[in-house]
Amino acid sequence: MYVAVKGGETAIEHSLELLADRRRGDRDVPELSLRQIDEQLALAVDRVMTEGSCYDRELAALAIKQARGDLVEAIFLLRAYRTTLPRFGDTLPIDTARMVAERRISSTFKDVPGGQVLGPTFDYTHRLLDFALMANGEHPAAPTAPVDTTNDLPRVGDILEREGMLEPPPSAENDAPAQDITRTPLTLPASRPVRLQNLARGDEGFLLALAYSTQRGYGNNHPFVGEIRFGAVPVSFVPEELGFAIEIAEIDVTECDMVNQFAGSHDVPPQFTRGYGLAFGHAERKAMSMALVDRSLRAGELSENATAPAQDEEFVLAHSDSVEASGFVQHLKLPHYVDFQSELVVVRTLRAEVEARLQQAAE
Amino acid sequence: MTQIDAAQERRQRWLSVLAQASAEQVATLWQRLGPAPAYSVLRQPEIGLVMVQGRISGSGASFAAGEMTVTRAAVRLTTGQLGIGYVGGRHPRQAEIVAALDAMGQMPEWQRRIEDQVVAPLAADADARRRRRASKAAATKVDFFTVAREAGT
Repeated sequence: MYVAVKGGETAIEHSLELLADRRRGDRDVPELSLRQIDEQLALAVDRVMTEGSCYDRELAALAIKQARGDLVEAIFLLRAYRTTLPRFGDTLPIDTARMVAERRISSTFKDVPGGQVLGPTFDYTHRLLDFALMANGEHPAAPTAPVDTTNDLPRVGDILEREGMLEPPPSAENDAPAQDITRTPLTLPASRPVRLQNLARGDEGFLLALAYSTQRGYGNNHPFVGEIRFGAVPVSFVPEELGFAIEIAEIDVTECDMVNQFAGSHDVPPQFTRGYGLAFGHAERKAMSMALVDRSLRAGELSENATAPAQDEEFVLAHSDSVEASGFVQHLKLPHYVDFQSELVVVRTLRAEVEARLQQAAE
Repeated sequence: MTQIDAAQERRQRWLSVLAQASAEQVATLWQRLGPAPAYSVLRQPEIGLVMVQGRISGSGASFAAGEMTVTRAAVRLTTGQLGIGYVGGRHPRQAEIVAALDAMGQMPEWQRRIEDQVVAPLAADADARRRRRASKAAATKVDFFTVAREAGT
């Protein structure tokens, strides 16, 4: 008996052409430019850069265009592209205290030094569809106010830390770059830096759901937003040819320092503990979810009962990556004809045995 | 400060300003600078990645936050000066121009011109860009009204 093992080449080719055709859509509608995507769908670009784990606005915009707006597919495209590039090295750690902040809020202190700067946020919108946007009108520039250059933005965490009310973050023993899971595979138990890298690349929907679960009681961790800030930070890198640091770029990042209640343990007095989130671009929901999950994964370290999914390191870290998850779920579409044939044979045999037994019993 | 320190500080500042400027602007100012001395390209512009490090809670141990694209190039003037260019993003032409400017900056006769005609205008543009952004943000700073308590004490 012959079994079809090849075929479909022409169908596949035509499918790719149909995909390109559908991507372009109605030819009477102007084609989107990458600049338009970057400028006007900026938060989609931010998400693709964060989870694609590659800061490059133009590439992220291209990935979004190619993926027809499917952001998980765009993230996959960006991840695939980055594997073709050589690695020049690690940057120096970014210093978010040097941020030119466009937004900075704290929900723990009203009168935080440096003030509450709302920036561009959906928080105060009424979530009513704005039909004025359908009309394509010019929009006036935002109002401005004098900038107080002497007014820096101290971290809220540092203020509480000085009082001893808040645990300081783990300090670096030697300031060598952290382990990198794109080079050394993830092993468990994972260090906090490794967990943070995994969460930074992790799917926003997955982390949001886990973060929500902790608030609903599955690993409750009593959070407050110590601080969220969004803005531009310089990236410093030491090229080996030079031997000194230069600022190779300024990138936008969102940072969330979450402050959590902690009753204390036999060797630590009651104090507040923290979870941390960092994302490329403006991505508050992601940074907050990351911070909540970072904190819940510290259950073991803080001698808390780890009973909930969000506290289970293996469960969280192994399922956070949308590229892996999407690949494994979607591989079910590939031909499983032989697998299925063999299972069909097994089930038929079992059924025949059962029927035979029933018949025997009836006789 | 020794001469070597001063020279390194100048290179550091120039390379940082040039890397953060837009590729178009760097190319325009390079054109306006006039004929540059001859150089050979030691390292063709090459696009790669660096891993951006973050710090836990902004000030603690570092972790790998995610990569970013970078372009680098290296040139040598026929008079021997070696120039290095590293710029964020994918900008081969900019990386080569930055490397050439870095090499030329090591020649005293070019320093003043490059400082005045390229680096200073780009630094001023970058400052203006940051100020524009900060001034829009400043308009969204919350002023809390204080409510006087009822007299009674």
